[in-house]
Amino acid sequence: MYDIEKYYNAKTVSEAVSLLKEHPDARIISGGSDVLIKIREGRMAGTSLVSIRDVEEIKGITRNEDGDILIGAGTVFSHITADPIIQKYIPVLGEAVDQVGGPQIRNIGTIGGNICNGAVSADSVPTVFSYNSLLHIANEDGGRIAPVREFYLGPGRVDLHPGEVLTHVVIPKKEYAGYHGHYIKYSMRNAMDIATLSCSVVSKIDTAKNILEDVRITFGVAAPVPYRCVETEEKLKGRTLDEGLYQELEESVRGEIHPRDSWRASRDFRLQIGGEIAKRALIRTAELAGEDTCKGGEEA
Amino acid sequence: MKKEKILVQCVVNGEEVAEYVDPRESLLDMLRNHLGLTSVKRGCEVGECGACTVIIDGETIDSCIYLAVWAEGKNIRTLEGLEKNGELTRIQEAFIEEGAVQCGFCTPGFIMSATVLLEQGKELTREEIKKKMSGNLCRCTGYQNIVNAVEKVMRENTEKAE
Repeated sequence: MYDIEKYYNAKTVSEAVSLLKEHPDARIISGGSDVLIKIREGRMAGTSLVSIRDVEEIKGITRNEDGDILIGAGTVFSHITADPIIQKYIPVLGEAVDQVGGPQIRNIGTIGGNICNGAVSADSVPTVFSYNSLLHIANEDGGRIAPVREFYLGPGRVDLHPGEVLTHVVIPKKEYAGYHGHYIKYSMRNAMDIATLSCSVVSKIDTAKNILEDVRITFGVAAPVPYRCVETEEKLKGRTLDEGLYQELEESVRGEIHPRDSWRASRDFRLQIGGEIAKRALIRTAELAGEDTCKGGEEA
Repeated sequence: MKKEKILVQCVVNGEEVAEYVDPRESLLDMLRNHLGLTSVKRGCEVGECGACTVIIDGETIDSCIYLAVWAEGKNIRTLEGLEKNGELTRIQEAFIEEGAVQCGFCTPGFIMSATVLLEQGKELTREEIKKKMSGNLCRCTGYQNIVNAVEKVMRENTEKAE
């Protein structure tokens, strides 16, 4: 039996917000694959829970008339991977969350939980960063919108105040149209493992001129919070894609990230693979852009 | 916490079930202790080994990290629900034929993962099968015979369909 003090079940977002307000010590539970394990391990033993599992309005993926993609925070990983909108417009996100844990975990774990638990190794998060996603957060005062890049405060800490619930992850059209992404997770096992280091690269390439118009590089496990390599991005934008650029990317990334020594891997090792996976991911996005051009370059 | 019980109504192996559960209980607790479905094994209890795998609404989940109260309204299948009139399913037979069972503790979980995979009706490569079965651990067989059994039934199904 789990050491749970009180269990409250919300059916709507507003019910969840008022339950959280009423019971400020209660924690939100969604898929449960993090929270229940923390309770089992004793780190969250004796907590009260507000469940948002039955909140249907925060499940599923839609594309609005402006072309923005809204992902409900309660959408489980396997449904994101199988979703036709994701497959068509941001396949990298479906591929990234297909690398979380194993099949059973992907059937219960949610993208909202992956973001809000604040783990720097979360497989969805580097890609969510690289697409400059916006987080829709519900609260008593009508809610707010927060850029994901400002959401992480420190290891395991995010900018979600008491009484707030993440409802949707929004990827605006201008952030994904014409872009291609690739995610690389470096881990010891291919399944049931946590990333030693991970990197999601999203790029916009003028394939006719072979110019890297825009690039966004985000690392997981390379700093206390998910880390965008802004300096490297600025150096590379607008340049010709060639061996020199790839080499500069590799070196620049190694100078910019600051991973630590841990039992999983040393800092030196992480620096080494950091340059390598960022380079490989950018090369893959260039291949994807090329394939798209051959097919007639379907614009979003 | 006060001992307040919550009524959970769901379908387990085709039969309607109504059970009063403690909100602190896992689905694993409910299936084993209330309903006597002991094919659902208590292994790691942190969602890593897959020994407690059951099928809910057509998807596999680890019942150890799933609260019993979440089962409300769901359709749940365990290994006990697979056989019909004492006849094993084809994947169960194939596990025997291929020597995919040794100590047997992980087997019910593997069978449930394989069952969903086979019901989806796709023919997968060996690597794809491994990925789809990666949420179940086996410490005896070394996995090869388990993958062989799944591959065998998948091939049989494709041949039948042709």
